[in-house]
Amino acid sequence: MGLIDFFEKIEHKEAKTTPAKIGKTAVDAVFTFLYSPKSTTSGGVHIRDGMDLKRTMFQVMIALQLCLAFGTYNIGHQHFVAMGQYMGFIEGFHLKLIHGVIKILPIFLVTHLVGLGIEIFFAAKKGHSVEEGFLVSGPLITLIMPPDVPLWMLAVAVAFAVIIGKEAFGGTGMNIWNVALLARVFIFFAYPTTISGDNVWVSGFETVAAGVTTEYGWMHSIFNVLFGWMGLDEFVSGGAVVNGFTGATPLALANQDGWEAVTSVYSPAQMWWGAIPGSIGETCKPLIILGMLFLIVRGIASWRIIVGAFLGAFLMGMLLNAWGATPFMTVPWYYHMWIGSMLFAIAFMATDPVTAASTNTGKWIYGFMIGFIGIIIRIVNPAYPEGWMLAILFLNTFSALIDHYVFESNMKKRLARA
Amino acid sequence: MINRQNRYRILPLVILVLVAEITSAQSTGSGSQIATYIIAAVALILVVFAILSISDNLMQVEAKKLGSDTTKNNFSIIPKFSELLGGPTPAYAADQPVHKLTKGHDINLVGSANKEINTEIKAKTFAVKPTNFRGLSPIPRMLVAVGDEVKAGQPLFEDKKDNRVKYVSPVSGEVAEIRRGAKRSITDVIVLGDRDLSYVTHDVPAIETATREQLVELILNSGAWTLLNERPYDVLPSPDVIPANIFISTFDTSPLAPDLGFIAKGNGAAIQKGVDVLSKLTSGDVHISLDASHAVAPPVEFTGIEGAKLHWFKGKHPAGNVGVQIHHIAPISGTNKVWTLTVESLITLGELFLSGKFKADRIIALTGSEFENPTYVKTHQGANIADLIAGNLKEGKSRIIAGDVLSGKQVSSDDFLNHTDNQITAIPEGDDYELFGWLFPVIPRPSVSKTYPNFLFKNHEFEPNTNTHGERRAFVMTGQYESIMPMDIHVQQLMKAIMANDYERMEGLGITELSEEDVALCEFACTSKQPLQKILREGLEMMREQG
Repeated sequence: MGLIDFFEKIEHKEAKTTPAKIGKTAVDAVFTFLYSPKSTTSGGVHIRDGMDLKRTMFQVMIALQLCLAFGTYNIGHQHFVAMGQYMGFIEGFHLKLIHGVIKILPIFLVTHLVGLGIEIFFAAKKGHSVEEGFLVSGPLITLIMPPDVPLWMLAVAVAFAVIIGKEAFGGTGMNIWNVALLARVFIFFAYPTTISGDNVWVSGFETVAAGVTTEYGWMHSIFNVLFGWMGLDEFVSGGAVVNGFTGATPLALANQDGWEAVTSVYSPAQMWWGAIPGSIGETCKPLIILGMLFLIVRGIASWRIIVGAFLGAFLMGMLLNAWGATPFMTVPWYYHMWIGSMLFAIAFMATDPVTAASTNTGKWIYGFMIGFIGIIIRIVNPAYPEGWMLAILFLNTFSALIDHYVFESNMKKRLARA
Repeated sequence: MINRQNRYRILPLVILVLVAEITSAQSTGSGSQIATYIIAAVALILVVFAILSISDNLMQVEAKKLGSDTTKNNFSIIPKFSELLGGPTPAYAADQPVHKLTKGHDINLVGSANKEINTEIKAKTFAVKPTNFRGLSPIPRMLVAVGDEVKAGQPLFEDKKDNRVKYVSPVSGEVAEIRRGAKRSITDVIVLGDRDLSYVTHDVPAIETATREQLVELILNSGAWTLLNERPYDVLPSPDVIPANIFISTFDTSPLAPDLGFIAKGNGAAIQKGVDVLSKLTSGDVHISLDASHAVAPPVEFTGIEGAKLHWFKGKHPAGNVGVQIHHIAPISGTNKVWTLTVESLITLGELFLSGKFKADRIIALTGSEFENPTYVKTHQGANIADLIAGNLKEGKSRIIAGDVLSGKQVSSDDFLNHTDNQITAIPEGDDYELFGWLFPVIPRPSVSKTYPNFLFKNHEFEPNTNTHGERRAFVMTGQYESIMPMDIHVQQLMKAIMANDYERMEGLGITELSEEDVALCEFACTSKQPLQKILREGLEMMREQG
């Protein structure tokens, strides 16, 4: 048990300087990750449930894996489709996959380096162990970014979200707003010209316009050597975006000219299966639903929030269908699931237990309002045709208020009995 | 929860919206035909449901007006959720109201006691612990000194503030030692028990004709007053307060709990006598709760009780907790005080009125995976633990618990049982690292979480150790406590209110209805490993000091 001895030796050492404290906290985080601590119960119950926060967070990570894998591949797929190459989904598999990995790895690494770094720093400062919140926030932030997000913006956004959104409130479990969405919303409001529009959803091009060419970097050339050996197709620089290709997401199209405009570019099946441009993790609906069901079955995500959100979204969709004042309003309510990040947001963002309402009644209301307001923002907001991050952050703000009234009614009932 | 009526108020709105959707779809001629039909079908179902539920509500209102809705029967054509999910009512429980509690969790462990009394195990020393009685000053006035001979039922010490309550010896013998703890507080008054006990005998008034004062006086003088427990706060009741109700639970659902029916066997007369006495002490009723979870009916010692209100409870732990039962029978409210008794205490009280003697006989269950031979032993209140477990423990580091694994107290083997204990549990310590223990646990462990496949093995008996399986964190998950708590109490918010010293909220959210054992299962299940029982007790003490 050499490894345990090594860790225990560090555990027993007293850290005096700040760097030493940070180092010790980091080692402790790794230690508790590898080995369940040997702490025993004292004072209260004598046996404890096998469930802890690490295991809880890990369930969400498992649920995200399929979306992550598909999203990675889809980055490559969109890139080549823009150039009119390998149009079939599994054609050029190795190229698409490697291009996706090369694009997503830096995002993933920067997110985690910045986020975990800040977490460890604050944990060391406060003198407690690293909390597991970022185990989920990290992959989530990666999945809700456009593939071509500049890394420095990402770093600033993650730092903002973790420091202002979480640590300022006291760390995991204390935050008011969803950390991942704060990072996204920071990027959106701080760098609107870079992050919105039709150019960010397809990777590898300066702007997505006909004739713009792509240049591959050194990472691609390393893989080119490998592919050369294996006799596979290689990355070829200089490929240009073909005429008639649009990097616009279905949402942007729907916002301009309604459902006909969307279906003229993407078929409903294509949107359902996810071979469309968009944020990395949001496109493939079946895999999101699988992840969502996994979380519900495992008892991690609240089905009340999810069902409530769908009800709210459908209801608002119907109401706006009935009104039908703009082309976007006439998009059939059941197709709203097909486009944009509605499913992903409801499955993974709205169900964050820390920022959601905590009572069962509150969860119904919270979920319903997210769905209801999310569709309003998506359809009515002229600047940006998506509403989920704003709707969820808005309801995050009000979740405590919703709970407050639930508690008040419980208290009133008790007082009435007296 | 929103009540039924409020929920139906939303229905017409929903229908209106759906109808609007259908008409709009028809006028534009677009949209999927199937979707329209589905909406129409849903709307039709909703309308039928609305008519059904409105007429159902009217029927309930009528039942209330006619006064036939007194027994909490369900006057509705739509069954309650608890009736649907709670399973069928056993035939033996058909006569009285049955409370079906759908929330809760049974923790099955290895080492339940064999249903036989091991007569070879005998305790030699017994102790009365002033620390068992909340509200008693830490240094009570001693009435005996080391070396004195005492009889069973003879006062050992009394409270300096209220000397009407006597704390008596459970056995006759010589006062062997007076142990002291921090700040010279007295922790144990130890009596070396005689082989054949001699008792202090009291004159017993006829219960039918005696006044309440006479009964109270005998209970106080005999020492049986210390068997009573007052809620809220779990304190020794003041002799001046008349309880609103008295509650006795005749079954225990906590892990490895002793079978109270087995303990009560043959004590039917004492139980009936005890109930007779108690019903003269309260302004309300004596409520007896019975277990309806098993195929076999509880013993006639319980089901045959007369002069008390019987209630059936069907559900998982903590359905057997008296606090949960009070919540469903007649919740504590306002400044009301209620009393609770254990079955053993009831027998001792009844024996007092049968024989005039304070007979504190106890049957203790030795349970848990660390006992070679888990069994029942017959002894007296406050028995020495070392005497009871000697030679019965397995090799290795084990934890001895006076009580059950959820709400018992860790004791050293030199310690004594508390005055209401009926169980000693021994489980292995878990001070070992486990590689990826949070992710791929090698040893099966009890859990309420669906991330473990435990729900597939409902009858598996676990052999847990005392490892915390994780570190303490802030509250992250929500609804977890409430999903296993069969009371209408927002436990997590209550805990936060206690941490924030918010008295108004604590009271409003129902702290006075709770005792540590009621939140013990929540503490077990807590993902964040929060010490709920400790927090709750701090809150209860704050409330008690406030008055």
